[in-house]
Amino acid sequence: MAAFIAIFLIVGLGIDVFVIGDAQSYLPIATIAALAIGGGRAWWSFKYGDRAVLGSADAQPLEDRIREAATEDDRLRYRQFQNVVEEMAIAAGVPTPRAYVIPDNDPNAFATGPDPAHASIAATDGLIRSLNREELQGVVAHEMGHIRNLDIRLMMVVAALVGAIVLLADWSTRAMRFGGTRRMRRSGKGGGAAVVVFLAVWLVAAVLAPIIGRLLALAVSRRREYLADATGAELTRNPMALANALEKIEDAVEPTPAIKRGTAHLCIADPLGKRIGERESFWANVWATHPPMARRIAALKEMAFGSAAAGS
Amino acid sequence: MAPVLVLVAIVVVAGLWLVGMYNRLVALKNQTQNGWRQIDVQLKRRHDLIPNLVNTVKGAMEFEKGTLTAVMEARAKAMGAAGPADASRKEGELSQALGRLLAVAENYPQLKSNENVKMLQEELSGTENKIGFARQFYNDIATKFNIARETFPTNLFANMFGFAPAELFQIQDAADRQVPTVDLSMSKS
Repeated sequence: MAAFIAIFLIVGLGIDVFVIGDAQSYLPIATIAALAIGGGRAWWSFKYGDRAVLGSADAQPLEDRIREAATEDDRLRYRQFQNVVEEMAIAAGVPTPRAYVIPDNDPNAFATGPDPAHASIAATDGLIRSLNREELQGVVAHEMGHIRNLDIRLMMVVAALVGAIVLLADWSTRAMRFGGTRRMRRSGKGGGAAVVVFLAVWLVAAVLAPIIGRLLALAVSRRREYLADATGAELTRNPMALANALEKIEDAVEPTPAIKRGTAHLCIADPLGKRIGERESFWANVWATHPPMARRIAALKEMAFGSAAAGS
Repeated sequence: MAPVLVLVAIVVVAGLWLVGMYNRLVALKNQTQNGWRQIDVQLKRRHDLIPNLVNTVKGAMEFEKGTLTAVMEARAKAMGAAGPADASRKEGELSQALGRLLAVAENYPQLKSNENVKMLQEELSGTENKIGFARQFYNDIATKFNIARETFPTNLFANMFGFAPAELFQIQDAADRQVPTVDLSMSKS
């Protein structure tokens, strides 16, 4: 988070000093404007984002699915899903989120919503059909962990900051092209070496900021995935169940077309179908919203064996 | 002038910290009480579900009258329990009676394929899970409250403000720790 704010301030204040900069007024107009616009977008997606995400994935409310279930077996499985969601909400101490089902055969799930009182959990048909009750409980516990740890809100803030950084970088490059240089030259004469250094830093930052911002957002997303795995294990006291579920999910290779790109970071597994687990190079990993599946499973198994060793 | 200002600043900061600490303890205490009541909600839900289950399986399990009546009696006792310690013990006995009934029902193939029974079994095991998770959550939040209470420097003030330590939910009866024995022989009981 600190890195985010640092980049944001460098680019923003740079604009204010070099482009708009007036020695008299100390108000950093551009920084404030970018924050306002970024904040406004974030607030909108905060309030209405969950409906947008659920709509884009064609999610159906679980009660409808239970009522219209084709076979008794299906009805039982949907009922199990409902019970599992309620159980995990009790274990986490949050109100029960609304449950949805996504019509897709690839196993995946996500959680969304502005705060724990207005949260929703969605799972694909593939997930509900291919996992047993214990594994389903593990996956739902992971999603409940996201809700309880306020990860959704955190990712909204991060997205807003990235958006603001992109805006500022855009304005900077525009200003540089369209003759902001006059003021830059003037202030260069006034402040001496320090100002020149700051100018250089600002130029580099303005160009690189959007990329760095996105990479930072992805790094935050990966850390929170590990945290949600650990919270899921804490809620069920059964890390092996989630590890088994992740193995089953990883084996089902096809991407989940129903979950669009913008919501990829909310899911339990990368819905875009990249076999990140196979290519463990540095570059493959930094662009991923989720950590490599193999490492997540290993971390969970460590939790399971660790507690078993302590108990025996 | 300056030393007086510094003193005032210290007092203000200390006051703010005290307020923050008190509010945190209040929040945790209330969450702990809520956690306790949640257990009761789930226990009551189980009481309401049991008559349904017994009626559904009664027809097919004529030879298991003993097990069925044991369940209904345990339920009646649990509903009439006096006080939390007594309730805890009677609910434990009800869990055991239910466990025996569900295990015995495995012997009846027509029950296993009956969708209504499967749904009811799912509801019952779901309710057992919920009771378990409610207890787990209560212990988790009570532990958080106790930790907040006992950490320095909060512990200096906690007793003064009347925050008593929370008791963790534990098994009262040694008998509850035993795994229930299930008699799967076909004898008429």
